[in-house]
Amino acid sequence: MIVTILNVVIAGLLMGGIYALIAMGLTLQYGVARVLNVSHGEFIMLGALLTWTLYSAFGINPLVSLAIGGPLIFIIGFLLYRTLFTSLRTRAASPAAYEGSSLLATFGLLFIIQNIALAIWGGGMRGYSYLNFGANFAGAVFPVNRLVALLLAVVIGLIFYLFLARTRLGKAIRAAAQDPATAGLMGVNINLVLALCFGLGALMAGFAGALVSMCYPIYATMGLEYTIIALIVVVLGGLGSIPGSFIGGFILGLIGSIVSSWQPGLAMAAYYVLFMLMLLVRPTGILGK
Amino acid sequence: MRVLEGEKVTKYFGGLAAVSHVDFHVDQGEIFGLIGPNGAGKTTLFNLISGALILKSGVIRFQGEKITGLKPHQICRRGVARTFQSVKVFGNMPVLQNVLLGLMFGTPTAMSSAAATREATGLLEFVGLSAMSATPAKDLTLANQKRLEVARALATKPELLLLDELMAGLNPTEVAQAMELVTKIRDKGITILMIEHVMKAIMNVCDRIMVLHHGEKIAEGTPREIATNKTVVEIYLGE
Amino acid sequence: MARVFSKRSFLPGLLLLVLILLATLPLYARGAYILVLLAAILMYIVLTVSWTIFSGPTGYISLAPAAFFGVGIYTAAILGKVLPLFAVVVAGGLISFILALLVGTITLRLRGVYFAIFTFGLVVLIKELLLFWEITITHTRGRFVVLVDNTTIYYVMLGIFVAVMLTAYFIRRSKYGLALQSIGEYEEAAAHIGINVTMVKVITFGISAIFMGAAGAIMATRWTYIDPYVAFNPLLSFLPVLMAIFGGMGQLYGPVIGAAIFAYTEELLLTKFPYYYMLTFGIILVVVILYLPNGLVGLIPKLWRRRAGGQRAST
Repeated sequence: MIVTILNVVIAGLLMGGIYALIAMGLTLQYGVARVLNVSHGEFIMLGALLTWTLYSAFGINPLVSLAIGGPLIFIIGFLLYRTLFTSLRTRAASPAAYEGSSLLATFGLLFIIQNIALAIWGGGMRGYSYLNFGANFAGAVFPVNRLVALLLAVVIGLIFYLFLARTRLGKAIRAAAQDPATAGLMGVNINLVLALCFGLGALMAGFAGALVSMCYPIYATMGLEYTIIALIVVVLGGLGSIPGSFIGGFILGLIGSIVSSWQPGLAMAAYYVLFMLMLLVRPTGILGK
Repeated sequence: MRVLEGEKVTKYFGGLAAVSHVDFHVDQGEIFGLIGPNGAGKTTLFNLISGALILKSGVIRFQGEKITGLKPHQICRRGVARTFQSVKVFGNMPVLQNVLLGLMFGTPTAMSSAAATREATGLLEFVGLSAMSATPAKDLTLANQKRLEVARALATKPELLLLDELMAGLNPTEVAQAMELVTKIRDKGITILMIEHVMKAIMNVCDRIMVLHHGEKIAEGTPREIATNKTVVEIYLGE
Repeated sequence: MARVFSKRSFLPGLLLLVLILLATLPLYARGAYILVLLAAILMYIVLTVSWTIFSGPTGYISLAPAAFFGVGIYTAAILGKVLPLFAVVVAGGLISFILALLVGTITLRLRGVYFAIFTFGLVVLIKELLLFWEITITHTRGRFVVLVDNTTIYYVMLGIFVAVMLTAYFIRRSKYGLALQSIGEYEEAAAHIGINVTMVKVITFGISAIFMGAAGAIMATRWTYIDPYVAFNPLLSFLPVLMAIFGGMGQLYGPVIGAAIFAYTEELLLTKFPYYYMLTFGIILVVVILYLPNGLVGLIPKLWRRRAGGQRAST
C-alpha cells in the first residue's frame, strides 16, 4: 500500500519536475520575450527524439546527450528569435498586434517542426532502455531511471533559478521582463537578452524531452499535450512568474499522477478543471501580479 | 443637486494605495477640476467612477444611486461618458461611424438610421469636425482625434462627462479652442469633471477644483482658494 | 459614377449565377469525384469564414475550430442512427453553439491570451474525454456512421455555406459588426460607449461555432468509422487560420479565396505527400504573417496604388 502511494508520489514528482522545466521555459518565452510559443512541445519532442537517436544509433549515454542536444536546441531557439520573432516585433503596429502575430507564427512553427520530425522519424513509438532497473529502497523497488530523471529535473531547475537570481545576465533578464524600455535605457542589450530568453526556453524544453525519453515511450506527435500542460501550468503559476511555474509544475504533476492512478485517461480533464477554476477565481495565478 | 458623489473611495495596486479614502462631490452644471502631480491617482479615480476598475472600499453614487460594481457599459447607459488620457478613437473607421457607434450603443432608445446619421452629423458640427466626417479616424491630427473622442462621448447622451487631460499635447490655439468647447458643453447642461495639467485652462474654466497627491485629497475649493492654498503651492513648486 | 453603379448590380448578379451553377451541378456533373471535391472545398470555406466572423474583427485568436468540428462529427456518429439527417446537422450546430458559449463565458471576460490558451487545448481535452467515455464507460472504441450519398452531402454543405456567408455578410454590415470591430481596436473604449463587450464576444463566438459543428455533422459521413482520433484533428484548427490569413480578413471574400486555394491544394497533395504538404502549409503561414499580414485581399489596394502611382510618376 505504502509502496503504491510512494510510486504515485514519485511518478507525480517526476512528471512535476518535467512540467516545471517546460513551464519555466515557456514563461521565459512569454513573460520576457512576449511570445506565447504553442510550438513549445515540439522542442520537447526534438529533445526526446534526438536523445533516442544518439543513444540507439551511436550508443551515447542520455546524460551526455543533454550536453549535446541541449546547446543544439538552444541555438535553434536563439536563431528563430533573432530572425523570425525580431522581424515580427519590428513590423508590429503595437504590442498587442505582436502578441497575436507571434502566436500565429508559433502555430505555424508547430506544424513545420512536427512534420519535419514525422518525415525524419515517422509516426511510430520509440523507446529505449536506460537505467531500466529497480533500486531497492525500504523494502520496495523503484525504477532508477525515474529517480535519476527526477533528480536531474530538480537540479536543472535549481541551477536555472540561481542563474536568474544571482548572475548579472540573470538580473538583466529579470529587468527586461519587468520593463523592457527602461532596461534598454540602462544599457541592457534588449534584443540579445530576448533572444537568449527564447533560446533558454527552448533549451529547457529540450532537456525535459531528454528526461522524458529516459522514462517513457516517445513519438513525433507527443508535443501537443506537453504544450497544453505547460500552458496550464503557466496560467496556474501566474503568467510571467518563474517561481510560479516551478511550483505549478509540481502541483500539476502530483494531481496528474493521483488522478491517473485512479482513472487513467482523466488526467487532462483534471488539469482543465483546475484551469477553469483558476480562470474563474484567480486568473492572475498563484504567484501572479 | 449632486450629480456625482464619492465617499471614502479607496483603491490599492498591490500594496500601494493609488486612491485613499477620497470624499468628493460634483454638483449639477458644474465644471469640476481634478489636479495633482503625476501619479496622484487622478486617472485611477476616473477609472473607478467609469467602472473600468473596481473599488477596494468606499461608495460612488451617480444621481443618488450607487454605481459601484457596475460594468462600464452599464454606467455609460446611465449617463456617464468619458474620454481617455491616450486617445482611443477607432482608427480604421470613418469619423462619422465613431460617433454613430456611441449613438447606437450608448443610449437605451433605438434610433432609425437616418435619425442617427442626422444626430451624429450635428455632433460633428458641434465639435468642429464636419469637414472630416468620412475620413478614417487614424488620419486625423491629435487635436481632431480628441474632438472626435468628445463627440463620441457626447453621442451617448451623458449627464456627466469625464475629460481626461483633454488639453495634453495641444498647442496654445488648440488649448483655447478646447476651453471654448468645454464651456459650450456645460452650456448644454452637461456636468463636467476634468483632469488637467494645463493650469491656465483649469483656473479659467472650472467652478471648483480638487487636488490629489499620493492618492489623497489635500485641497478642495474655488480656483482662487486653490491658487492661494499653501500646501498646493508647495507641491507644485516642486514640479 | 457609372462605374460604381454597374459594379453594384454586377456583383450580386454574378454571385447569383455562381450559386445557381453550384446548385445545379449534380445534374450535369460526371462522376462523384467533383461533388466530393467541391463538398470538401465548401467545408473548408465554411470553417474559414466562421472563424473569421469572430476572430477577424476582434483579434481574439480562436484555436478551437477542430474541437467544434469534431463535436459535430461525434454528434452525427451518436445521433445519426436515431434522427433524420437534417436534425443531426442542426444538433451538431446547436451542441457546438452551447459548447462555445460555455468556453466564451469562462474565458472572454479575460485577456485574449487566456482565450487562445483555452481554445488551443480544447480539441485535445474533448478527445481525451471521449476516449475515456468510450473505453471506460461504453466499452466501445469508435462508431460506425450512417452512410449518406455524395449528392446529399454536397447539397447540405452548400446550404451551410450559403448560411454562413449570409450570416457573415449581415453581421459585418450590422451595428454588431461595428461593435466587434471597435472591440478589436480599443475594447476599453467600446465598453465605455455602452457596448456590453463580454456578451457581444460570447454570442459572436457561439454563432461562429454553429457552422463548424454543422459542417462536422454532415462531413462525418465521409468517414465510415469514427473514433476520437479521427474526429479531433488539430490540423482542422490550423487550416482555417492559415486560409483566413492568407486570403486576408479585410474583405468578406478574402477567406473564401484563401480556403478555396488551400482546400484544392490539400486534396491534391494529401495522398501524395502527407507530411510535406503540411510542412509547406506551416511555412506558408509563417511567410504570410511576415510579409503579407493583410493577406491577398490586402495586396489588392497596394497593387492599385502602385499602378496609379506608376502612372503618375511617368508624367
